[in-house]
Amino acid sequence: MEKKEKRTGEAKLMKGNEAFAEAAIRADIDAYFGYPITPQSEVLEYLEREIPNRHGLVLQAESEVASINMVYGAAGAGARVMTSSSSPGISLMQEGISYIAAAQLPCLIANVVRGGPGLGTIQPSQGDYFQATKGGGHGDYHLIVLAPSSVQEMADFVFDGFRLAEKYRNPVMILSDGALGQMMEKVILPEEGSLPKTTPAWATTGKKKEREHNVITSLFIQPEEMEQVNLRLQEKYKAIQSEVRYEEIQTEDAEILLVAFGLSSRICQKTVDLAREKGIKVGLLRPITVYPYPYARLNELASQVEFMLTVEMNAGQMVEDVRLAVEGKVPVHFIGRMGGMILSPEDILHKLESVQESHNAVNV
Amino acid sequence: MNEKLYLEDEENLGTQVDESYDQVYCRPSTLTDVPFHYCPGCGHSVVHKVLMEVIDELGIQEETIGVAPVGCSVFAYQYMNIDMQEAAHGRASAVATGVKRVLPDKYVFSYQGDGDLAAIGTAETIHTVNRGENILMLFINNGIYGMTGGQMAPTSLIGQVTSTSPYGREAAQVGNPIKIADMLCLLPGAYYVTRQIVHNPNGVRKLKKALIKAFEYQKQKKGTCFIEVVSNCPSGWKMTPVETIKYIEEQMLPMYPVGDLKVPQN
Repeated sequence: MEKKEKRTGEAKLMKGNEAFAEAAIRADIDAYFGYPITPQSEVLEYLEREIPNRHGLVLQAESEVASINMVYGAAGAGARVMTSSSSPGISLMQEGISYIAAAQLPCLIANVVRGGPGLGTIQPSQGDYFQATKGGGHGDYHLIVLAPSSVQEMADFVFDGFRLAEKYRNPVMILSDGALGQMMEKVILPEEGSLPKTTPAWATTGKKKEREHNVITSLFIQPEEMEQVNLRLQEKYKAIQSEVRYEEIQTEDAEILLVAFGLSSRICQKTVDLAREKGIKVGLLRPITVYPYPYARLNELASQVEFMLTVEMNAGQMVEDVRLAVEGKVPVHFIGRMGGMILSPEDILHKLESVQESHNAVNV
Repeated sequence: MNEKLYLEDEENLGTQVDESYDQVYCRPSTLTDVPFHYCPGCGHSVVHKVLMEVIDELGIQEETIGVAPVGCSVFAYQYMNIDMQEAAHGRASAVATGVKRVLPDKYVFSYQGDGDLAAIGTAETIHTVNRGENILMLFINNGIYGMTGGQMAPTSLIGQVTSTSPYGREAAQVGNPIKIADMLCLLPGAYYVTRQIVHNPNGVRKLKKALIKAFEYQKQKKGTCFIEVVSNCPSGWKMTPVETIKYIEEQMLPMYPVGDLKVPQN
């Protein structure tokens, strides 16, 4: 993927949600439509406070259903537009997201995930991985999904997200969680005005004499035509595979590989240190894009390590992709907690050691 | 519009008409050449034509963005030769809000039926009007779900037989017909609310006047203009078009009387 943001400003201490909102203004958004829900309400609050004194537009809608459809309308009119919510709200948006994907409209959607299912809890979770990466709404479509693991990335991925959304005419999701949204960290914000913007030719900005009327739709009632629309989408998703991004930590000599995204990967970094202190050669692969997914790299690493341990704040969702990636070459284990509970680095180390023990027992 | 006229009957096809004749009618340039798919006698065709005529006559084709609903008029964008968006069921006014907020100097309208606007999209309808969005909301009320095959709508009349009220609509079971235009009048955001018909020439003329007013108010950024058209559904009502006119006049209009419900206060 493309270059890192130019970061020349001074470091600030900010909440993830606020860094995300500030980055949105700096990314020159035309509009944000949203609805309050814990733990992401600071995004709307920050924008309602800042935008009237700066530039862009913010509107509190009557529901997440209305927000996402306002996003559809504004994106269709050629605007740089975004929304954010948390799990139950994102569920409500799924119909609209499917329409946006089908009509090929660029936009940015942040999910500051909380524990579910149902009303669940307001504590952090990664329980929406399936929903984010496998489609979420009806029909065959994909979002491009970026998984930040720091407040810095909450800000940076707004820029990366819009760049990808506009390049591919595809909705992009920032898959965050309640901890990343709420915690404060040092952040150097991307430079204002560094993301160029043009009005796309396909947008409904008013029919000009020299062109046919522009139509934004996802309705193609003839099955032959609808199949062609689907094939074009699938071609696009193939092209999007080239945007895969991941981070590797101490994988060069790793005999055991931890796989984790987002907040879990931050915890795993500590586990790697703890294990290395004990002489266990552990590495970490962190997918940064969870769609597209780094299947190929994980498959390569499967030839190098004894086993993999996937760490998630859910019942085991991404672990299915890890298993797909390694094609049975090595065992893939899982540890996770649910309902807003977070694993400690020691919990993961303990699991890792017990798996290692059972492997050694088999190999003796 | 067209500078020269040609005969269209088979025998004289393409023969230029004597220019001494005055042209009395032509299709507005704001309609495409695609034939309407609407059933014979359906009011949608008339409303489409009148709306597009107004946009043509006001010279705002390049400045207008329409939002189509889910329902019989789902393909409105195939006929209306302006930039358009097709919304999810019930969400046309939210989509129109999104368009209008980023293009505040364009004319924006939503076009919705009764199921779309007054059932699944009730929340969006009320809040769009409550915000006083500077758009025109055009509401076609024919008291039935036409596209899905004639099911009961929120505006179906008491006793009306539909495929999902086969023994007639009962208030005790599903409530009374909802008079959404009347409800919207209570909201300060509603600037102009009127109810019109298209089943006779006088009604068509009045609808046209209402549409012109609504676009003028939108230009002045006065708030939401809401035009309800009490219309028919020959297929869904299982009547001939002529029978539907009688049904509108005898059954529909007593419940949904024609006229202005809210006019600007000066």
